[in-house]
Amino acid sequence: MIREILLMDGYGFYVWAAFLFTFLCFVTLYVVTKIQYTKEMNKFILKFGNLNSERAAFAKSQSINKEILSNISNI
Amino acid sequence: MFKIFEPNKIFSITSKAPKYVLMLFIIVISIGLVEALILSPEDYIQSEAVRIMYVHVPSAWISLGIFSSVTFLSVIGYIFKIKNFFLISKSLAPSGFVFNIIALVTGSIWGKPTWGTWWAWDARITSMLILALFYLIYLLAWRIYDNKDYVYKITSIITILGVINVPIVKYSVDWWNTLHQPASINIFSQSSIHISMLFPLIIMTAAFALFSILIFLMKYNTELIKIKNKGLDRL
Repeated sequence: MIREILLMDGYGFYVWAAFLFTFLCFVTLYVVTKIQYTKEMNKFILKFGNLNSERAAFAKSQSINKEILSNISNI
Repeated sequence: MFKIFEPNKIFSITSKAPKYVLMLFIIVISIGLVEALILSPEDYIQSEAVRIMYVHVPSAWISLGIFSSVTFLSVIGYIFKIKNFFLISKSLAPSGFVFNIIALVTGSIWGKPTWGTWWAWDARITSMLILALFYLIYLLAWRIYDNKDYVYKITSIITILGVINVPIVKYSVDWWNTLHQPASINIFSQSSIHISMLFPLIIMTAAFALFSILIFLMKYNTELIKIKNKGLDRL
């Protein structure tokens, strides 16, 4: 059964190569996108931490900043 | 009217959605892979090589769909001056480009056992290659130009020129003699593909669509945080 799935009547090399290439593209795209997201998020945390209390309070008053800060635990 | 598309309003949804989309994607792709690699029957002419169709065809469909969406959003964004539509387009394009590359490479792998060649300057393959070039130019334009108004204009022009190629990709098999067979799946008429092959194809298309949504959401959130980072610099 496993041998049949791997060999696929002699077409195994082509079928597995196509699926493997697709899988590698998916993983690469996901990892690159995740790295970019984490990098921007870390930049945001650093910049936010450097703000003085008055500016931080102003930045926090913007709903989108609040949302970003609430997502820090997800990265 | 377009207030609903403001980043502030949708970030609360887009920031939480990726983990659920990822979970759904893993479930759907698992079912799709079992169907495509084990349960679906072999073709009476192509034998087991037909299984490449389950990654090749959904990739091509999604890449064409994304380019059409990018064009639509860019044009509407340019006409009505909705900057968020450009942000959505920019976030959609990378997954469209990767799906285009997957369609080309898996098509080339499928071509060897079926046609006896890795590559042919067939109308459909060539038009898909041209689409990949348009994707590449579009993505490069965002990297090269800093002036926002100029980049909105130039990317809109690129997508308008590129979208002319989309019906050429679709109808190339009908307009010219190509190595590709005519369409097996028709929305408005009887499809020539058997249900036992159509089902895994639909599942794999759904999985690939979920993956492109996942990448879009992650890219979109990254772009929004990038904008907010610039905002913090100005404080």
